[in-house]
Amino acid sequence: MGAFLLRRAVEAALTLIGVAIVVFVLVRVVPGDPIAMMISPGASEADIQALRALYGLDKSILAQFFIWAGHAVTGDFGTSISLRQNVVSLILSRLPATLELAAAATALAVALGVVFAVLGIMWSRRFPEKIIDGFNGVVLAIPDFIWALAFILLFGVLFPLAPISGRIDPRIEFEFVTNFYFVEALLRGEIAVLADLFAHGWMPALALGLPLAAIITRVLKGSLDQAMVEDYVTMARVKGFGRLRIVVGEALQNAAIPALTITGVQFTFLVGGTVLIEKIFSYPGIGNLAIDAVINRDLPLIQGLIVTFAVIFIFVNLSVDMMYALLNPRLRHG
Amino acid sequence: MSNTVLTIANLHAELRAGRKTGPGILRNVSLTVHQGEMHGLVGESGAGKSMIARAILGILPRSILISDGSIDCLGRQMVGLADSDRRKILGRDISLIPQDPLTALNPARRIGAQMTDVMRLHLGWSRARAHDAALALLNEVHIRDAEAVLRRYPHELSGGMRQRVLIATAFACEPKLIIADEPTTALDVTVQKQILRLLREMQNRHGTAILLVTHDLGVVAKMCRSLSVIHSGMIVEQGEVSDIVTRPEHAFTRALFAATPRYDRPADALSPVPGEVVRELEEKAATFDRARAGLS
Ligand SMILES: Nc1ncnc2c1ncn2[C@@H]1O[C@H](COP(=O)(O)OP(=O)(O)OP(=O)(O)O)[C@@H](O)[C@H]1O
Ligand SMILES: [Mg+2]
Repeated sequence: MGAFLLRRAVEAALTLIGVAIVVFVLVRVVPGDPIAMMISPGASEADIQALRALYGLDKSILAQFFIWAGHAVTGDFGTSISLRQNVVSLILSRLPATLELAAAATALAVALGVVFAVLGIMWSRRFPEKIIDGFNGVVLAIPDFIWALAFILLFGVLFPLAPISGRIDPRIEFEFVTNFYFVEALLRGEIAVLADLFAHGWMPALALGLPLAAIITRVLKGSLDQAMVEDYVTMARVKGFGRLRIVVGEALQNAAIPALTITGVQFTFLVGGTVLIEKIFSYPGIGNLAIDAVINRDLPLIQGLIVTFAVIFIFVNLSVDMMYALLNPRLRHG
Repeated sequence: MSNTVLTIANLHAELRAGRKTGPGILRNVSLTVHQGEMHGLVGESGAGKSMIARAILGILPRSILISDGSIDCLGRQMVGLADSDRRKILGRDISLIPQDPLTALNPARRIGAQMTDVMRLHLGWSRARAHDAALALLNEVHIRDAEAVLRRYPHELSGGMRQRVLIATAFACEPKLIIADEPTTALDVTVQKQILRLLREMQNRHGTAILLVTHDLGVVAKMCRSLSVIHSGMIVEQGEVSDIVTRPEHAFTRALFAATPRYDRPADALSPVPGEVVRELEEKAATFDRARAGLS
């Protein structure tokens, strides 16, 4: 276990360095000038040069990178050009909102995916299976932002059921200690606050989670189908167990391994999806922040955000690998 | 009739082929297993032995249909039995010792869980009580350090050990009938003998009737009291082992004996079953199918 973690830590460090270099160079070679975004129309050439020097943009890309990286390893990612705040504290204040949204979307996706895969197998070769497969095929083809827009039209405009923007009603008077609103409200037993968080959160979470749910359904149903003809399933039948117990108790754990792989891969897209979804629902997370940062060519903020996303992906991959060992006893030792 | 646990009468099974009757898989099979006896079901590969076993358990492949006949097990008609009723019998009154112990245990579940689940389901025992029963069963099948084995996963045990676990599990609810479908075919020769000896020891102790499916007449001669010889889905010879071993009536049985290795005979004295014997049986099977096709 120790050697495993060490290897993963080295891999993670190399990944982060790679990501940092690529992003650093990319945001500087694409057109668009952060200084041009912040100056007033009448600024003189001298003012522009002064600003450029202030942010270090007059140096070569290589020199800029080493200055940035030197600070980054100490945890200093500089100051946002457009918001004039410390990048790290800015990201840390917004990150919990995104983490809660992504976690909710993943939980929804896994729950829906498992339920529909199991139902599909329960009804295998009967009519309801065709309905599930057909419906799943449709959901598979619809991207998250289309769901977001459809939900807003349906439940925000046509039948106004729930608020369509923000994370929490600003009129709610509740002093949060952390920015993990949901976790905190849950731990402190604030039902009214939880209800409001739910009302705001279910649409973005569902929009983000549905494509992943469809993928999980498809993959898991396929591997469940294969597991159901294994000898140990026949043994369970011959022991007198019913179909639901066999699908859930015997086949599911073995079938979950391929589904977990795909979930891990697709989770990357889910986190990427928060960028658009948060913008659509004016949800105050790092995705929303990222769009503004890109529009304003806010180089320090963009770099900080990209590194944050990379760290999230590394952690997700690590936990997927740990879960393999949990599901497959043969991987547990050695 | 009170001392029979299994009576198969005139069982026909065929491959489903659209609306038509397909080729026969089992042709007019009749077979009786008495209380506490070991009945051997012998035949070459593809003869239909496993199909009989699966028909009894109600786990025939979807493509195979029982078209006629009855399977009476402990007074209950197994053909066409509702799934919910069948589930009450399976595992409790009838159990299975499978052919391949490497694939018959769930790789993701501990041995203990896979042994106790059947007792908790049918006997309603608590986890602790089933655990104690599983320990006792493992001792019976001569597994040392039973407590530790219950905590293991299947991949941590050898093939022979796994088959011992499966045998122990088959006896867990004290069934009246155990179907052992080639329980040693997947094991290596030295382990085969131990497992067969164990099976007989367990059978004597528990008094369970066993339908022993095998392609080895030598095994049947040693283990069983009665036997049925099957070919092309037809029973070609049936009766007491002592009679058949001394005076096999059917040419196929005689040929099968000639093809069975024995310690008192050099291996090169083995002769395969002659082609004309097999051809004659297949001819008979074809005639049979034609007659049934005309019938339906
Ligand atoms: N799923 C299936 N669908 C259709 N026919 C099958 C199927 N499985 C087996 N059969 C056929 O049924 C016949 C009987 O097969 P069965 O498995 O009972 O043989 P067996 O006597 O158990 O042989 P073995 O010693 O190889 O296990 C064979 O001719 C085989 O081709
Ligand atoms: Mg077989």
